[in-house]
Amino acid sequence: MNLQEAKFQYLLRLGDSNLIIGHRLSEWCGAGPILEEDIALINIALDFVGNATALLTYAAEVEGKGRTEDDLAFLRGEREFRNLLMTEQPNGDYAATIARQFLYDVYTFYLYEALKSSKDETIAALAVKSHKEITYHLRHTTEWMYRLGNGTEESHERMQTALNDLWMFTNEFFDMDEVDALLIKEGVAADLEKIRTQWETRVKEVIAEATLQIPTTNFKQKGSREGKHSEHLGFLLAEMQSVHRSFPGAQW
Amino acid sequence: MSQDSQWPVWEVFVQANPGIPHKHVGNVHATDAEMAIQNARDVYTRRSEGISIWVVPANAISASSPEDQGSFFEPSNDKPYRHPTFYKIPEGVKYL
Repeated sequence: MNLQEAKFQYLLRLGDSNLIIGHRLSEWCGAGPILEEDIALINIALDFVGNATALLTYAAEVEGKGRTEDDLAFLRGEREFRNLLMTEQPNGDYAATIARQFLYDVYTFYLYEALKSSKDETIAALAVKSHKEITYHLRHTTEWMYRLGNGTEESHERMQTALNDLWMFTNEFFDMDEVDALLIKEGVAADLEKIRTQWETRVKEVIAEATLQIPTTNFKQKGSREGKHSEHLGFLLAEMQSVHRSFPGAQW
Repeated sequence: MSQDSQWPVWEVFVQANPGIPHKHVGNVHATDAEMAIQNARDVYTRRSEGISIWVVPANAISASSPEDQGSFFEPSNDKPYRHPTFYKIPEGVKYL
């Protein structure tokens, strides 16, 4: 694997995770628990889709085969997607959406902070922009962790169930393979082992403050690096890609 | 007024630029001040409208009543000397 191939893979991972979690959040549009929260969540969804556009545009450029960001987003199949399994998990109830978002926001908060000093100037510039947005996302989801954890008996119960259900997808955040190894050596990618430590510290703090428990499950789910996804991604893609596939090349 | 089934209302004030007053822009629902600020940010300042937000519980605002309109405001109509219309505004003063 050469540097160009590794970079392409790395950008797909970052871009696809942004795209898929952005699409998941957009499913809340018009169905949020209260008007203001609906707007907040869709703002956050738009941040992710915007970042996905930038990252996939750059991925296509690095690949150099004449594909565009739309080709990558709308004309790849499930097995070609590299988004983290966490990002494709269904919205469930509001606790499940918030738990998924919180666990992922803490991860990207430290990941994009590290990527700000990437030796790839484009990645570094995108990370600076993203990190500002993520700082807000994390503030928003952290507040909701406290509210649901410390709220009523039912909200506490639902949040704990959501954490328990999603916990098995967190370990994959920190998986590294030859792509990471090569790019860390070149100063392009972030060392995920360092991010794991930061992630664990912050997640433990918030979960304790929200009077919740760290799940005890040891089960770990992985596979997105090889395009092996949970059963949910295919349905998501079918919906997300349907317009583009029905009207190829359609423009706004 | 009909009973609002949602969370309490907070009035939102946004300062557009340094040095000028916070201006009332509308309201949001929220359960606490932090949520009110976040909701106000998402509803009212996503397009660079401001640099600072104040939120105030709507029930903390005392207002004059419509019946007071005559005695409160009309006597000033025939006192033009109260209006500083005879002064020239210095150049460079933007937000007077």
